[in-house]
Amino acid sequence: MEFLRPATLPEALSVKAERPGAVPIAGGTDVMVELNFDHRRPEALLDLTGIAELAEWSAEDGTVRLGAGVPYTRLIEQLGKRLPGLAMAARTVGSPQIRNRGTVGGNLGAASPAGDTHPVLLATGATIEVASVRGTRTIAAEDFYLGVKRNALEPDELITAVNLPDTKAPQQFSKIGTRNAMVIAVCSFGLALHPEQGRVGAAIGSAAPTPRRSRAAEDFLSGELTDAGLWESPEPLRDSVCRRFGELVAEGTEPIDDVRGSAAYRKHALSVLARRTLGWAWQEYRAGERSCA
Amino acid sequence: MRVNMTVNGEQRQADDVWEGESLLYVLRERLGLPGSKNACEQGECGSCTVYLDAVPVCACLVAAGQAQGREVRTVEGLADGDRLDPVQQSFVDAGAVQCGFCTPGLVVAAHDLLDRVPEPSDEEIREALAGNLCRCTGYEKILDAVKLAATRGADA
Repeated sequence: MEFLRPATLPEALSVKAERPGAVPIAGGTDVMVELNFDHRRPEALLDLTGIAELAEWSAEDGTVRLGAGVPYTRLIEQLGKRLPGLAMAARTVGSPQIRNRGTVGGNLGAASPAGDTHPVLLATGATIEVASVRGTRTIAAEDFYLGVKRNALEPDELITAVNLPDTKAPQQFSKIGTRNAMVIAVCSFGLALHPEQGRVGAAIGSAAPTPRRSRAAEDFLSGELTDAGLWESPEPLRDSVCRRFGELVAEGTEPIDDVRGSAAYRKHALSVLARRTLGWAWQEYRAGERSCA
Repeated sequence: MRVNMTVNGEQRQADDVWEGESLLYVLRERLGLPGSKNACEQGECGSCTVYLDAVPVCACLVAAGQAQGREVRTVEGLADGDRLDPVQQSFVDAGAVQCGFCTPGLVVAAHDLLDRVPEPSDEEIREALAGNLCRCTGYEKILDAVKLAATRGADA
C-alpha cells in the first residue's frame, strides 16, 4: 500500500489518472473503518486533506459552491443560514468528533442509500462538480446515485465541490433513527421550497436502492400550490393536501426489511416525515411572507 | 513510511508506519501514549478522542499519514505535570470515573466543550458527549463532572 499526499488539485488529478485504484480519503470516517476491519486493502490511499481549495466554500450569483472537503461542523457553523436543509442534515451525522472530520464529498463518494446529506442535495436541486485530468463536469444530484454505494464517478475522477442554491426559502430535513446520536438513518426525508420556480423539491433516503426524488409528490404539491395561488398569498395548507403529499412520498419508495426497520414501517414513517416537514416549511414560508409585508 | 508530528507540544517521529495505520495505533503502539483507548475502531465509542490541530477527532479514523506535520494533543497533554487539568480533577471529584476506559475520550470531549462554551446547558453537554460511550455509569456523574468543571472554570 502507498500513502499519497498531493498538495494541489492538479497533482491529485494526475495521481488519480495514473492510479485509478487509489482510494481518496478526506475525513476518513468511512475509509478508515474499512481499513481497520480489514474489509479493504486498496493499492494506495490518496489523502485529500492537504489540498486547501477542497476545504473552501464561496457564494456567488445565488449559488453556494461547497468544497468537497468542508467538514460538517464548518458547514453547520458557517452555512447554517444559507444552506439550512443541508446544515440540518449535517447536524444529524454521527457525533461531534465525526462531524469535525466527515464531509459532504465523502458522503457522495460512499453513496450509501442512507447517507444523510443525499435527500437534501436532491430536494434542493444541487449539482456535483467532479474533476479529472480530462476536465471538469457537473452532474445533477439526481443523476449521481446509480445503485447501492455506486455513483456516477469515473475511475479517474474526484469529487471537488457541490453547488446548491443560496436561498432564503425554507428547507427541512428529518430523519428517523433508533436514538438521537451516532445512528444511521432508518429513513430520512429532505424538502425544499423553490418559490421563484413555483416548485417543491422532495427526496427520500434509506428507502430505495439509492436516495431518490419523490417526483409524483413534488408534482402534486407544486401543482396544488401554483393552481391555488398559494405562493403569492400563502394560506394554511389543507390537511387533505398534506396527507396526499405524504401518501405520494410513501408510494415512491422501494424499501427493504432489515435490522433497522421493516419496509412497511419505512413507508409509513416517510409519509409522516413528509407531512411534518411540509408543515414546518410552509409555516416558515407564511411567516416570512408576513414579515416582508 | 515515516510520520512526523507535534504531540503534546513535542516534535515526535514514528518510523515503519504502515500506510493504512491509524493515528490511534501510532500514538499508542509507536509513541507510548496509551491514554487514548482503542475500543471500537469505527468512531462509535469516542474512547480515542484527541485534538488534531485543536479539533477533537476519533484518532482511530485518522490515517497516520494525515497527521504528518500536524499538531496532536492527547489526554496526556491536558495535565500540567502532576497537576490535573480542571476537567480531569472534576471527573475524579464527581466520581465520574469507574473502570476508566471511556474517561480519556470523555475528558477530551468535555475539555473542548468547555473551551467553546464555558457555561454549557445540560442539552449542550449531552450533545457534546454524544459520541462517547460509557458502559459502567448512567452518565449522570459524567454530567455532574462537566458541570463541576464549568463552575470551577467560572470561579477561576
